Amino acid sequence: MEAINFIPLVQLCSHYKVETSFFKALNEVGLIEIITIEKVSCLHQDRINDVEKMIRIHRELNVNIEGIDVVFNLLHKVDNLQSEIDAVRNRLRLYEND
Amino acid sequence: MTFIDYYKVLGIDKKATENDIKKAYRKMARKYHPDLNPDDKAAEKKFKEINEANEVLSHTENRKKYDKYGKDWEHAEQFEKAQQQQGYQRTAHQGHSSNYSEADFSDFFSSMFGGGFSGSRGTAKFRGQDFSAELHLDLKDVYQTHKRTLTVNGKNIRLTIPAGVKNGQIIKIKGHGGEGVNGGPNGDLNIRFSIANHSSFKRDKDNLYTTLDLGLYMAMLGGEINVNTFTGKVKLKVKPETKNGTKVKLKGKGFPVYKKEGQYGDLYITYQLKTPTDLTDKERKLFEELAKLR
Repeated sequence: MEAINFIPLVQLCSHYKVETSFFKALNEVGLIEIITIEKVSCLHQDRINDVEKMIRIHRELNVNIEGIDVVFNLLHKVDNLQSEIDAVRNRLRLYEND
Repeated sequence: MTFIDYYKVLGIDKKATENDIKKAYRKMARKYHPDLNPDDKAAEKKFKEINEANEVLSHTENRKKYDKYGKDWEHAEQFEKAQQQQGYQRTAHQGHSSNYSEADFSDFFSSMFGGGFSGSRGTAKFRGQDFSAELHLDLKDVYQTHKRTLTVNGKNIRLTIPAGVKNGQIIKIKGHGGEGVNGGPNGDLNIRFSIANHSSFKRDKDNLYTTLDLGLYMAMLGGEINVNTFTGKVKLKVKPETKNGTKVKLKGKGFPVYKKEGQYGDLYITYQLKTPTDLTDKERKLFEELAKLR
């Protein structure tokens, strides 16, 4: 685990102007995974896109943490369904006459 | 430039209170927010409209100006000029939306309010917008890893397309989306692949499928034939007494496995028996003799 890929929570809080409690709450519902490296709470950089989305949903739509969890679960389902549609469409080509 | 009825956009009455506007905006934003409607251009457009309506109606000064000059917005410009001559300065106000640039506001809005609220967003850093693009390729193109140069928003992007990419697959290219605001990171570019297949092979994941006409004598007696694969001809042994519809698998002659160099799917060939037509008298007699043996 390379520390270079992790961003300290404090830095994220100051950048996005959110309280640490917001990240802790996201961590509690399992939306993010806070990792402690040398006594510093950090988040993996790959999760930044999702975190930004969570902050936007929270701020712009007044959605609370539980709501964000529901939204993300549903978006995940939409994603899976989309992949399934693509796979089925590709498979359907096998039976279509050109 | 057409007049935009911001009240209609938010579905509210002209007498709506600040609270009504806020409520209506929140309700519509929850429905059309781009984060909740990924890859939905119509929702994105609608969200920009309601955002713009909210920018105008949720600020008292703007709402007054809009209510007064809305339909005759050309006069608003003259009004502004007159005010400027009198030493009037437009007061900056707090913008509401997050990562929306001036380009996201309509011409109507820009002409009335001077093009966005960039002044109020001076300090916060925001990530740029994600861009989406569709790349049309042929099946032959994606058999091998190759490089391609794309032009997105006037910028050339050199892209390596890995062999085996699938139809409908989306590849994210980090940092090639819209520019970040105030030093924020750039957005990403999402490329969706649309792959047309003009070959005689059908593809399912990494496997390829094709049918092959097999003559009656070859099917009965067996032998060796040349068959087309995606990369050329190979020799194939046909077993004697091969039935119509028999499937044979040519291992590793399918499509490359995405991002797994040297790994390939399989090629499935279905034999389709072709019975001879226009028989000569001699052939007919021989077939009759064969028939007597059964």
